Amino acid sequence: MSVWNEFPALSRETLVEMRKSLDNAYRGFTREYGESIEAFFDPLLQFLIAFEKLLLSTPWWIVLAVIVGLTFAATRSRKLSVGVLVSLIVIGLLGMWEDTMSTLSIITVSTLVAIALGVPVGIAMATSNRFQSFATPVLDVMQTMPAFVYLIPVVMLLGIGKVPGLIAVVIYAIPPVIRLTNLGIRLVDREVLEAADAYGVTRWQRLFQVQLPLAMPNIMAGINQTIMMALAMVVIASMIGVAGLGQQVLRSINNQYFALGLLNGSAIVLLAIVFDRVSQAYAKRSQAHLRGPGSE
Amino acid sequence: MSENNVLIEVKDLYKVFGPTPEKVLPQVREGISKDQLFRETGHTIGLKNINMEIREGEVFVIMGLSGSGKSTLIRHFNRLIEPTSGSLLIEGTDVLSLNAKTLQEFRRRHVSMVFQHFGLMPHMSVLDNVCFGLKAQGVDKNDREARGRQWLRDVGLEGYDTQYPVQLSGGQQQRVGLARALCTDAPVLLMDEAFSALDPLIRSQMQDQMIELQEKLHKTIVFITHDLDEALRIGDRIAILKDGEVVQIGTPREILLEPADDYVESFVQDVNRARALTVETVMKPARDRITATTIGAALEYMKKASVDFAFVESKEGYIGSVLKEELEEAVAADAKVSDPLVPEYISSEASVEESAPIESILTEALQSPHPLPVVDDTGNLEGVISRNKLAQLFQAPDEEKPDRA
Ligand SMILES: Nc1ncnc2c1ncn2[C@@H]1O[C@H](COP(=O)(O)OP(=O)(O)O)[C@@H](O)[C@H]1O
Ligand SMILES: [Mg+2]
Repeated sequence: MSVWNEFPALSRETLVEMRKSLDNAYRGFTREYGESIEAFFDPLLQFLIAFEKLLLSTPWWIVLAVIVGLTFAATRSRKLSVGVLVSLIVIGLLGMWEDTMSTLSIITVSTLVAIALGVPVGIAMATSNRFQSFATPVLDVMQTMPAFVYLIPVVMLLGIGKVPGLIAVVIYAIPPVIRLTNLGIRLVDREVLEAADAYGVTRWQRLFQVQLPLAMPNIMAGINQTIMMALAMVVIASMIGVAGLGQQVLRSINNQYFALGLLNGSAIVLLAIVFDRVSQAYAKRSQAHLRGPGSE
Repeated sequence: MSENNVLIEVKDLYKVFGPTPEKVLPQVREGISKDQLFRETGHTIGLKNINMEIREGEVFVIMGLSGSGKSTLIRHFNRLIEPTSGSLLIEGTDVLSLNAKTLQEFRRRHVSMVFQHFGLMPHMSVLDNVCFGLKAQGVDKNDREARGRQWLRDVGLEGYDTQYPVQLSGGQQQRVGLARALCTDAPVLLMDEAFSALDPLIRSQMQDQMIELQEKLHKTIVFITHDLDEALRIGDRIAILKDGEVVQIGTPREILLEPADDYVESFVQDVNRARALTVETVMKPARDRITATTIGAALEYMKKASVDFAFVESKEGYIGSVLKEELEEAVAADAKVSDPLVPEYISSEASVEESAPIESILTEALQSPHPLPVVDDTGNLEGVISRNKLAQLFQAPDEEKPDRA
């Protein structure tokens, strides 16, 4: 066969050899460090379990009251609070309360982890151009690499379960909060920063009293996107053992349960809408004074 | 003013922007032009060989067109910008030798700054903005808020404490900026085009307010502007900057009447000198001053000096002027030469104050047949202002040039 008809690939043996050695190297790494890495993530696992248990073991009406109460406290919007209440009641009536609580817990914890890691990384990117030029392509890869591909090493390392699921969700969902923290800080008015410096603030004072508060609208937008992406990930995460609405969707696909799939899918959408509206309304309310009068 | 101490001393300051400023500095010292340096090396000359001394309590204006390096220069005074070479002393502190910690302390206590676009913290209330510097100093909350409120009152913004900057007009925002700067009690106040973003009317109100505050506070103010009228109005001395170099430093009078080169001259050409200059800057010493107490003595002096009028003074100060013609008429009628020089013979209405703008005395001076007497605020005769002198003032600079040389 001519070289011109078929691409001259490396020989089959070479390719198998290459893949094997990569796989072996990673397996070796897994055997060597798997346990200590698992131990490292143990506190996270305990937190995840405890949080899920809290949501599931607390009487439903208390959970409902707390969620609606938080919504009202954050947004001061009656309409939105009633909307959240109705959504959750519908979900409960349709028998999806427990799965929704599981999903809620993993979304909440992964969002918290994403914020806890993403904001400092975003700050570092804003502080150092060099770090930014290194981190940007990494973020690009994280956002374009199909999620299934990085599920493999995570599962090889940590097996099936909540923590690998959480890690997958965080990897997928963290880029927006990092990017928008970086952007938000870089967009802070130069003269305002000069003013802060001119009055002799320390670096920390400048960060916490000036840069972060002024970057907050962008950081909030990043957090909002991160939550949405985390929700989009729950079905994939359920493939590696994350309980909740995603698992029911997966079951429906496997067994062709149209109605079950539709209901659970709708519940995910409803959660997404609730998170989106509440976080946006909170952001808007907390930054009202950054805009001029009459810009509501 | 001139007896005051030098508070800020800038020596041989250079600033070059670009990737390797030290490398091109020798070329800059040799006098390569801004354009050429940029074409050949991609570096921009920010400041070139700046030398100036700013005295305690004066309003020192730095003036120049956009891009002449004003903002760059003023940012050296609190080291928001690092020089490429040179030295800078403020109150005896070598500012360039400060480390991060001592620089912070220096900025908290010794210099404060007002910005062109106000530089207020949009997420903080007006009161928190005013107290910003005190918070950095570590002053406790009650104390700093009390002081902040006091300054808000002093700039005319009492009761605006809880508003946010976006809710205020430009003029009000800059008052907050001014209150924030004054709140730290720093002796040096840096103002970078502080009033340039404001409407003309508001701007002139702010200038008035600043002049008024300065009369009480006696800060050392470095004031940047691109507006010559503003510079002449508030400056005790003015430095003119062109392409990063100082072309002239002098009092408003020196800038207007003795421009150092064609560049400054073209600048001052369009200035309304009648408004910009005060009487004292153009008056001449008064001759023909007499302390005579009788008609005879006065007439005798005027005959001897062959003048037709004289200024009469007593120990208490200036009294008025007498005309030879009038006295002679009086003698021809019924007065005796030994009669005392009573007020009927002395006209005292036509004197002007030394701090008045020329504009306000123009008609009077042109109508009067004799030079107008100029008195200071204690009533002493300081000089005279003549029609000739005024005419010279309004001559085009070119025609004026030969005399000056
Ligand atoms: N950070 C910088 N990098 C490069 N060039 C600069 C920088 N800052 C100022 N310049 C240049 O220095 C010159 C003086 O600027 P500036 O001090 O802002 O002028 P002004 O305040 O008088 O308008 C200008 O030519 C400007 O382009
Ligand atoms: Mg400027």
